[in-house]
Amino acid sequence: MDEAQKPYTEGPMHSTAPVIDPGLTFASVTDKISSIVLKRKTSLAWFFGFAISFALFQLMMLAITNLLFVGIGVWGVNVPVAWGIDILNFVWWIGIGHAGTLISAILLLLRQRWRTSINRFAEAMTLFAVAQAGMYPIFHLGRPWLMYWLFPYPNTMGIWPQFRSPLMWDVFAVSTYATVSAMFWFVGLIPDFATLRDRARSKPFQILYGMLAMGWRGSARHWHRYEMAYLLLAGLATPLVLSVHTIVSFDFAVGIIPGWHATIFPPYFVAGAIYAGFAMVLLLTIPLRRFYGLEGFITMRHMHNMAKVMLATGLIVGYGYMMEAFFGWYSGNKYERFMIWNRMHGPYHLYYWALILCNIITPQFLWSKKIRSNLLALWIISFIVSIGMWLERFVIVVTSLHRDYLPSSWGMYQPTVWDWSMFIGTIGFFFTLLFLFIRFLPMISIFEMRTILPEAEVEE
Amino acid sequence: MSDSDRHINFKLMRDHILALQDAETPRGAKKYWRSLDELADTPVFREFVEHEFPQQAEGWNDPVERRTFMKLMGASLALAGLSGCVFQPPEKIVPNVKQPEEHVPGKSLFYATAAPLFGAATPVIVRSNEGRPTKIEGNPEHPNNWPVDFPPEDPVRDPRGSSATDIFTQASILSLYDPDRSPTPTFREQISTWTTFVGAMRSALDEVRSKPGATIRFLTESIISPTLGAQMKDLLAALPQAKWHQYEPANRDNARGGAVMALGQPVNTTYRFDLAQRILSLDCDFLSPIFPGYVRYSREFIARRRITETNREMNRLYVVETTPSNTGAIADHSWEVKPSEIEAIAKTIAAGVGAQGGGASVNLAWIEPLVRDLQQHKGASVVLAGDGQPPFMHALAHAMNNALGNVGKTVFYTDPLEVESVDHRTSLQQLVGDINAGMVDLLVIVGGNPVHNTPTDLKFTLELLQKVKLRVHLSEYRDETSELCHWHVPAAHYLESWGDTRSYDGTVTIMQPLIEPLYEGKTAYELLAVFSDKYDRKPYEIVKSYWQKQRSGQGQGQTAGTRNNQSSQQTLARAPERTPAAATPTPAAPSPSPSQDFEVWWRKTIHDGFVPDSAFQAKTVSFNSGWASQQTPAQPPPAGGFELVFRTDPSIYDGRFANNGWLQELPRPLTKVTWDNVAVVSPNSAQQLTGEDDNGGAVKGREHYVPVVAITNPQGQSIEAPLWIMPGQPDGVITVHLGYGRRLAGKVGSGEIGMGTQNEIVGFDAYKIRTSFAPWFIAGAQVRRVTGDHLLATTQLHFNLEDPNFSTEERDVVRSQTLEQFLHGEVHEDEKHTHPSLYPDYPYSNQDENTPNYAWGMAIDLNNCIGCNACTVACQSENNIPVVGKHEVVRSREMHWIRVDTYFSGFDPNHPEGINFMPVPCMHCENAPCEPVCPVHATVHSAEGLNDMVYNRCVGTKYCSNNCPYKVRRFNFFLYQDWNTPTYQLMRNPDVSVRSRGVMEKCTYCVQRIQNAKIQAELEDRKVKDGEIVTACQAVCPTEAIVFGDVNDPNSRVSKLKRSERNYSLLGELNTRPRTTYLSQLKNPNPEIKA
Repeated sequence: MDEAQKPYTEGPMHSTAPVIDPGLTFASVTDKISSIVLKRKTSLAWFFGFAISFALFQLMMLAITNLLFVGIGVWGVNVPVAWGIDILNFVWWIGIGHAGTLISAILLLLRQRWRTSINRFAEAMTLFAVAQAGMYPIFHLGRPWLMYWLFPYPNTMGIWPQFRSPLMWDVFAVSTYATVSAMFWFVGLIPDFATLRDRARSKPFQILYGMLAMGWRGSARHWHRYEMAYLLLAGLATPLVLSVHTIVSFDFAVGIIPGWHATIFPPYFVAGAIYAGFAMVLLLTIPLRRFYGLEGFITMRHMHNMAKVMLATGLIVGYGYMMEAFFGWYSGNKYERFMIWNRMHGPYHLYYWALILCNIITPQFLWSKKIRSNLLALWIISFIVSIGMWLERFVIVVTSLHRDYLPSSWGMYQPTVWDWSMFIGTIGFFFTLLFLFIRFLPMISIFEMRTILPEAEVEE
Repeated sequence: MSDSDRHINFKLMRDHILALQDAETPRGAKKYWRSLDELADTPVFREFVEHEFPQQAEGWNDPVERRTFMKLMGASLALAGLSGCVFQPPEKIVPNVKQPEEHVPGKSLFYATAAPLFGAATPVIVRSNEGRPTKIEGNPEHPNNWPVDFPPEDPVRDPRGSSATDIFTQASILSLYDPDRSPTPTFREQISTWTTFVGAMRSALDEVRSKPGATIRFLTESIISPTLGAQMKDLLAALPQAKWHQYEPANRDNARGGAVMALGQPVNTTYRFDLAQRILSLDCDFLSPIFPGYVRYSREFIARRRITETNREMNRLYVVETTPSNTGAIADHSWEVKPSEIEAIAKTIAAGVGAQGGGASVNLAWIEPLVRDLQQHKGASVVLAGDGQPPFMHALAHAMNNALGNVGKTVFYTDPLEVESVDHRTSLQQLVGDINAGMVDLLVIVGGNPVHNTPTDLKFTLELLQKVKLRVHLSEYRDETSELCHWHVPAAHYLESWGDTRSYDGTVTIMQPLIEPLYEGKTAYELLAVFSDKYDRKPYEIVKSYWQKQRSGQGQGQTAGTRNNQSSQQTLARAPERTPAAATPTPAAPSPSPSQDFEVWWRKTIHDGFVPDSAFQAKTVSFNSGWASQQTPAQPPPAGGFELVFRTDPSIYDGRFANNGWLQELPRPLTKVTWDNVAVVSPNSAQQLTGEDDNGGAVKGREHYVPVVAITNPQGQSIEAPLWIMPGQPDGVITVHLGYGRRLAGKVGSGEIGMGTQNEIVGFDAYKIRTSFAPWFIAGAQVRRVTGDHLLATTQLHFNLEDPNFSTEERDVVRSQTLEQFLHGEVHEDEKHTHPSLYPDYPYSNQDENTPNYAWGMAIDLNNCIGCNACTVACQSENNIPVVGKHEVVRSREMHWIRVDTYFSGFDPNHPEGINFMPVPCMHCENAPCEPVCPVHATVHSAEGLNDMVYNRCVGTKYCSNNCPYKVRRFNFFLYQDWNTPTYQLMRNPDVSVRSRGVMEKCTYCVQRIQNAKIQAELEDRKVKDGEIVTACQAVCPTEAIVFGDVNDPNSRVSKLKRSERNYSLLGELNTRPRTTYLSQLKNPNPEIKA
């Protein structure tokens, strides 16, 4: 067995696990990470996983084609519930995308060294999740081919978009977020592209990575400018973590519908997004780490930290639920009171209680260090939280809409097979991108990992 | 392919064909073609067709279709290419600027006629755009629609005549353009021609004539048309061996029987509800469109409920009914009883008022105060019995009206409307007897669908009909009866035919066609003429010669009508400006010849839409002494079982409107069910039947599924029907609606389209358990739950009344108060919701000094709304609103711009305290929640306060719909609009965009009508007058519940209504500041009767 592929055996548990395996050196870090891309034979399992993802991706293409040909009516949306799991999935995917920027930008600024092992991966995940999210607002339109009307561009109609609409804000928020995340990710990749260029053995890869490396030579000047740019980008990305989901929450909070019209939404949505994002990072990291033998880079310390972030944000989210119910009661407003009653006892009450179970009860297990150390338990909890966050959006979007003010227009919502195809399809697309990413790009930042090695410590 | 491309292709092809022909023919010899077929039937042409019109090319193998198609294509080929008319010559040409008279492109014309759909006809004015009838309104000049003079000095009374109609009349325009209407005569399923048919009939007639014995039978529905009646009588005189039978499933035999019983003769009873202060309805749903005269009656009835400064009195309506109805919902007191109990109650009341035939037999607390109330209003009350009640009850109603002194004051008797009033049941019985006896060789069925709707014991089955050698059926559709007849003749729609008819009081309208028959439709006049000597007469000649004869016979001796002449002249004076259809007749020359005189009369009559003073005279009748002893002893109800009540369907009547999508999709007033009929039971009975908890009638957990029950009548005939729980239905009574279960109604009515993927029969056929001896109710029916659930499309899910969380009272949606509370000023509805705002209000009244500033608004008086749904259909017709089909309604995607919500009040589902109706159009909120959320400015506020919807700009985010607290916005989830059927293209209102897939739409306050009026006003340099703009829903409302106008003008009717103490904003606390406001309902309960 190749040295690089040798699984790393965990040592005994310490109260504070190291951020990186102490036995690693500059050379072994570079070897280990780059070999996944360059040397290691593509495993059958990768092909298998990629094939499934790609098939699901094709399902999405089918769902979209059908949608475009037949009409938005193939989905289950109707008149009281004009936004169904389309917008729900949009919010869910955007939420998942949050962990990436948080890890990359905020933790960078806060000088959390442990972030280095997971930031590349989390950023990629962000980007791919935002790609999924971005599709929904386009395809949920009645006439998606006119989606460019949402952009402020000079046109013969002499008309601007309506800047008072939260959907307009969404356009800016999401596109800015996607752009900055992509830039951040790409800039972060440049030194590693150079590493890959230098190590690649086949000509096409040398050329490909060479182009992507943009002439990176690793000179001190390069490094100086690079560090500055990276920091600036981090500073730019930081407010986005808060702004994107705040604005997404405005889609609802600006509305007049009981269950939407709440001032608590922005912080509660941001916390929920981070919660969901970390759950997704854990969900993906745990198997990847095992499969590619990256235990030395992503140590138990990371697991603990991420679990703790989840616990904290989960508690904020739980507080949000409590406050929603409290406001419903305390407002004395008959519509708000009914909305809460309807969530708990109405036709969709199972969703509500499942949500409470998934998002409030389940993360409480994370108080226990034992559970935090058990990767299987952690993975299951992350999975449940991901489902819980989906349910939360279902409760907000659907149950608020289906019974609002006039009982005469109350109705029910039932997602159709096309709704599910699109959703499952986006999951397929997400994993397709992810599989391509881990196969062709270093999933852990090589140069940054080197900076956290003991060798990099400089006596000052 | 664009039109110009098509022309170019035609041109190329023509050249090609000519070139080929040139090659075939000797040089110089000119090639002529003898027929269009020959011209078109070239390989090139075929190829062209296949490329251009693949769907038509499929019909190539069908010789008939092929021929028609070739004819059409050949003609267009010839016209497009050979004659060279399509392109203007390159040289400069000079148009003849003389415009055809009365024709301004883009301007509508209006023609008066009448809609003889069933029973009494409705006088109408039909809008025509470029020769296509597009909208039907009531004829405001017609005496039936003259203003009601009550209450006196009412500031908000519309001084003009009413243009109200009902759902059936509104929807009849869709039937005109129905592509499923039968296009050609058929003989044994083969397409034939009218000439062949006439030949066949003439020879059959000769054959029959030569044979001894009575062998010809005519079966018609009730004939009201004077001309048709005269024709029929002439026919019977010429063919002494022929007989004429009349049958309609929803006949008025009981009313006729009651009149014969009490008065010794059949009569037509008319009422003056504007003079009636107390009304007692014994199971009579006179506020539903199936009651003759409903449009007039409902307006008069509601006028009596209007409270003004001077009028502080309301009428009071008592209803005793066997199943909840709209009339019961409006009533101040309604009692739901079993059909078997109603006679005893009626007798007790009759005894109380001292009427013959009465007899106190029940002891109910409310009867005594009711009787006292009636007695205190002698001469100002009305008692009515429903058509479903036996003749005895009708006789009792006559006797009570007599005892209360109402006859001659609020109740009038006239000659029957029908040319010949017969008992339909007896008539049908005789016909079936004759057929069975082999006495019938030729059966001519003029209209109607007896194979579907005859009672089970007199069913027109194949077996029965096979005993008739030759059977002929005239009808608009190839229906179940046509299938069993040799000859089927397509009937012309009333908008395609000349004719005459009467409205409920006998006023005659001479009907004029708006359009040539779209198919080869023929009228009943033409059909009957075939059997007379002048067999090829046109309906125009038939009708005109009849009236010529009448006029010359009678001279000018027309008698005065029941309405006063003064108002007649007032109204008529405005007629010409309203209808430019026919030139206003010039004043008659000093001594015109009789024929000139008739021409003048004829033109004026057709122009006005009615024959002046042709209403029947009230006649004095004498009561049969001792009629009460004639009554047959009531049969004791069989022990056990349900009492089964039959009703015609509120939307498709007896089944004749089954193929009308607008009516199919119209939510039934109380159940809100569409596309289906249901078996209605009370919550208690439902629980007993299904053992399930009350869940609004739905199977638990599946909102739109209801249990199925089998209903077996005492004769052992059985049907299966979906069960519907109706609060207020008496326990142990199951009500079914007739008219459904049509196998051959057309694509809509038989479930081929509109029902999603399932090809299922729409509804169940209740005729299968209806007998001729118990047509309206029968006791001893067995009902049991069978396996299976049925998917129902309802537009309003009904929720548990008991749960305070669902209570609409807490939500304060519909408001109702008693007259007493109102007069004492206990309730003030117009609470002001003031929310501070940083932004100043928009100055609607002071924008520009040179132009008038309008601010449009609407007031809906809930006190007037009788829940008839006419507004919904009128809006659908005016605004080109599509039909979406059952499965889309199940998914809550119906498109109606104005809906009528129904709310039950109270906490006991078995005995609701009341039923309230609430029409909900777009509110046009001042602070519209929909506007700021649209990212593309597709919904914006106009300078006149309208919440405009810009379809072209809409990308379909649906955010506006989510954010609308009233949920009045409708979204085109699919391409609901039928863009392909050519006839539907003719039907559309050219002033309203036809919306495509993916855009939001909603009520516009009929912005096209606003613009038309504004343009007219601007041309005349004046402001738009109050009442000049009438929205479609307002125009059709029989009770003037909807008033639209300029709220900037303090003297407009709408402003006056909005100043009322009863005025309130729906969900006003949301600070949406709706432009549409409501006036709360008033009830006038008898203080002596405890609820």
